[in-house]
This record gives sequence, C-alpha cells and structure tokens, in this order.
Amino acid sequence: MDLAVTFQPSAAQHHWRRWKSRIIAVVMGLSALLVMTPLFLVLYFLIREGASSLDWNFFTQLPKPSGEAGGGMANAIVGTIELLAMAAAIGVPIGVLGGVFLAEYGSLTANYWLRFAADVLNGIPSIVWGMVVWAMLVVPFKTFSAYSGGVALGLMMIPLVMRTTEEVLVLVPQSYREAGLALGIARWKIITVIVIKTALKGIVTGVLIALARVAGETAPLLFTALGNNFWNRNLGEPIAALPLQIFSYAISPYDDWHRQAWAGALVLMMLILGLNVTVRFFSRERH
Amino acid sequence: MPALPADAGPVRRTPPLKGTGHWPDLSFRWLVLLAALVIVALIALVGWELYRGSRMAVHTFGAGFLVHSTWDPVADVYGALPFIYGTLVSSLIALLIAVPLGVATALFLTEMAPVRLRQPVITIIEMLAAVPSVIFGLWGIFVMIPWLRDHLFPWLQGWLGFLPIFKGQIYGVSMLAAGIIIAIMILPIITSVSREILRSVPDLQREAAYALGATHWEVIRIAVISYARRGLFGAAVLGLGRALGETMAVTMVIGNRPEISASLFAPGYTLASVIANEFTEATTDLYLNSLFELGLVLLVITILVNAIAQLMLRTLNGGAATKVS
Repeated sequence: MDLAVTFQPSAAQHHWRRWKSRIIAVVMGLSALLVMTPLFLVLYFLIREGASSLDWNFFTQLPKPSGEAGGGMANAIVGTIELLAMAAAIGVPIGVLGGVFLAEYGSLTANYWLRFAADVLNGIPSIVWGMVVWAMLVVPFKTFSAYSGGVALGLMMIPLVMRTTEEVLVLVPQSYREAGLALGIARWKIITVIVIKTALKGIVTGVLIALARVAGETAPLLFTALGNNFWNRNLGEPIAALPLQIFSYAISPYDDWHRQAWAGALVLMMLILGLNVTVRFFSRERH
Repeated sequence: MPALPADAGPVRRTPPLKGTGHWPDLSFRWLVLLAALVIVALIALVGWELYRGSRMAVHTFGAGFLVHSTWDPVADVYGALPFIYGTLVSSLIALLIAVPLGVATALFLTEMAPVRLRQPVITIIEMLAAVPSVIFGLWGIFVMIPWLRDHLFPWLQGWLGFLPIFKGQIYGVSMLAAGIIIAIMILPIITSVSREILRSVPDLQREAAYALGATHWEVIRIAVISYARRGLFGAAVLGLGRALGETMAVTMVIGNRPEISASLFAPGYTLASVIANEFTEATTDLYLNSLFELGLVLLVITILVNAIAQLMLRTLNGGAATKVS
C-alpha cells in the first residue's frame, strides 16, 4: 500500500499532463478547421464574384474580341463536354477491361506490379501528358485538335478507372461466379453479364469520379486542345474548354474578362461538384 | 514475392474464371490482358516521347543543363537550375505547411473528433480535393495574392525581416505564395492517406497505453504516432510527388521569373510552369528540346518520388492508402 502511494505522481504533474492533452486536442481541432477554410473561401469568392456575371448571354454567346464587354463562354462549355465525352470513350473501355484483368485473371505478382504501375502513372504531372500527346498527335497532324485534347484526358482517366473498377469487382460475391459456372455459362459471359452487371453502379461511380477529376484539368489541354474563340465545327481543329478559357481570362489585363473568368470558374465548379454529388448519391444507395 | 497487397480485397485469390481453351474465352482473356498492359505501355510511351523530344538539348548541353542557370531564348542558351530550384523550394514550403496540418487533422479525425463530426469534415476535405488547379489559381491571383502582399508578408517581414528568406521587395507573386497554394492543394491527399494509416493502427496499441494511465495525447504520441511513423512519412512523400507536378495554380501565383533568390518573397519559376508558359512559344528546335528536357527532369523526379511513396505505403500496410487518387 505504502509503495503504491510513493509512486503516485504529484497532483501538479497530473494536472499538467491532462491540460497538455486538452491543449493539443484544441490545436488539432483548429488544424482541421484551417484545412477546411480554403474550400469555404474559394466557394465564397466564386459565388460572390461569379454569380453576378452569370446571365443568359454567358451560356449562349461566344467570347467577344479582347477589350470588348459582354459575350459568354457557350463554346467553352460545349467544348468541355465534348472533350469529356472523348476522354470517356478512351478511358472507360480500357480502364474497365484492365480492371477486369486485375480482378478476375491476374496472378498475385502481376497484379502487384500492375497496380504499382497504375499508381505511378497516376502521379505523372498533367503537364507531361500534354507534352506527350502533343508529340504524338499534334506534331504528326500539324494542328492542335479537339481529338488530341480528348486523348490527353482519356489517357489520364485509364489508371483511375482501372483501380476503382478492380475494387468494386472483387466485392462481387464469389458464389455468383460459381453459380454461372454451374449453369455452364461461358466465362467471358459470366464476367460481362453477371459480374460487371452486378458491380455496374460501383463502376459508374468510379467513372464519374475520374471524369470529375479530368474535367478541371488545364495543363494537358494547353498544347493539345489549345482553346478557340469560336465554335468547333470539326474535331480536327482546336476546341475551347472551360479551364483553358478561365486561365486565359484570369491572366488577361481586362476587368470584364476577370469577371467572366470568375463566372466560368463558378460553372466549372458546379459541374465538378455536381458529378461528386451524383457519386455520393450512387454510393449511398449501395449500402 | 512481394508482400500481399491487402487492397486486393477480402476475397479469394485463385479466380475460378481463369478460362478454358474455348476461343471466345481465350480472346476475351487476351483482350483484358491487353487493356491491363496499356498501363505499362503508357509509362514506356511517356518516357520515350520525352526522351525523343529532348535528345537535341541533351546532346548540346550535356549534364551542364542541370546546373546552369541561364535561360535565354534569344541567345538560344538554356539551363534548368532556376526551375529545378523553384520546383524543389516551392514544394518544400508546401510540405512544411501541409504535413503538420494534414497529420494533425488526420489525428483529430481518427482519435479526437466526436464521431458525428468526422464524416462531414472528411466530406469537406474531399470536396477541397475536387477543386481544379485553375480555380485555385484564379482565387490565388485575385484574393490570396493581394492579402499576402498587403497583410501577411509585411507582417512576416516586420517580425522576421532579419532572416534572408524574408528580406527584399514584396510583390505578392512569389515563391512563398506558390508554396502556400500548393500546400492547400496537397492537404487533402496528405490528410486522407494519413487517416488511412492511422486507422490501420490496431486498437490494442491504444488500449495498452490507456491501461498504463496515459492521457489522450500520450496515447497518440506513444502508441499511435510511433507505430504509424513510417506510413505518415510515406503520406508526406506522396504529397511531395503531387506538389512537384502542380502546374496551373503555381504558374498563376509564382511570378514566372527564372532567377534564384534567397528571399521567399521574390518571384520564381518551376519546371511545370515554364513548360506551361513557353511551350507554344518555343521558336527554335533547341528551345523546344530544352523544354522537353525540363519535362523529362520533372518526370524522372516525380516517378522516383511516387515510387518511393507507393513502396513505403505498400510494404507498410498493404497499400490500403494507395487507392486515394
């Protein structure tokens, strides 16, 4: 009994330890608050500066020549959608099929290195994608083009879609595959008709996340899609995109263009948040 | 054989669908194998195109390219040092800000925050990750830079002006501004990867420390952080990989001047931003080749950093954290 008492820390020491713990808890809470602050600040200024410039013209008109007031970003909005469609046409099939390989076929070692390669590929700076696609598609065809922009975004989507597809495919219960085998269904049909169909919602979620991620990319489009002040009538020619338009307007010297850059940024942010909210809706239903 | 990656899921490891000799099965198998190999082909393609595009510059300048600081398109003389310096310094500033904040936030979310508060905070941080670089750049130009120029920088100079890094003229656009904007952009990934790492610390660790009479903070310090130290380091390296390649926002706030200056208030330039600005204006072949070589330098650095991060995170806890994009 005596011994136990002598080992008791003093009340002051005990107090200090408790207080230190509380202070650090507060500091951590404040860090969390600080980390969230930029999002609120960005959204606040997007709405404050952007909403007032959003009008009918913004969605229906072409950009005006430099210095002239008015005009809109209709071509850039449509251009971004066209670029995303092309990106999806490349990124989704390759990504999903690659994911099928990882989930259904690959060996342990092969999968380990393929996943590793996908993650490394994911880390390649987006500006590098722009240079690579420029060398691949712009130089040989001697023109900047919508195609090359779509390819740049599409290549960036592949590892993203592949990883998420794999993750949802392995969640499909093994018994589904076995039931298919027991019925004598061909294996490729089991995968496409049963496994992929069961996991479809998850795959769509992954695709939407990947689309939201590349929708805001500017750097890979700088030397591929290039941007365009007019409608794109031919995918072999340069095309406008929201991020490109925001960038060129933001660094321009004109107040009216700055105003439009904010409006464009607000629209782009809505598009991306919209995709993210859709994803949340999809994945909530799954549980 | 490498460690078993746990993110392969809780499911079986011997797929029964490996296929038969039937031609539809065989061709489907080849099809998906081909799709998976595209990943490898893409890495080779990126490396090849950058190598091909930069050959002339490599030949002309040799290794001196990396250590010379003249970047003069008029005289057709190019050196990469200011850009390598700018990339490394802006990324280091970003890490100095983002790692403590991100890890503290992750600790708050896994160890301290009331359970009801956790999901909303996580969602908000995920939303932050969704903001495109160009929007951060726009916000940086018109909101952050004026504030830094008129408030934070003069204040810093007032208190710490005796340090060489806080000396000199204040323009607003600067290395420090770039570091801050990169920090904001890599905070979500550092936070979410750290959170995954901390969640993988077994509760037994925490319970043991509590049983010894440790306070909340002591549990975190003794049982959690020391256990997760290597993974947290991996999260920081992953953040560095992202920081090095950030392009648009940095281009818009760093000032784009190829000079090496001790002051963080001075404008700088990074590998990614010089490519973004000058690529379409490159008039001579040597100029273009030099820009490609900058891209090659950037690629090599980011691939190395990313590979190190992935290997650290994988061998540690089976790569649970690597699915964060």
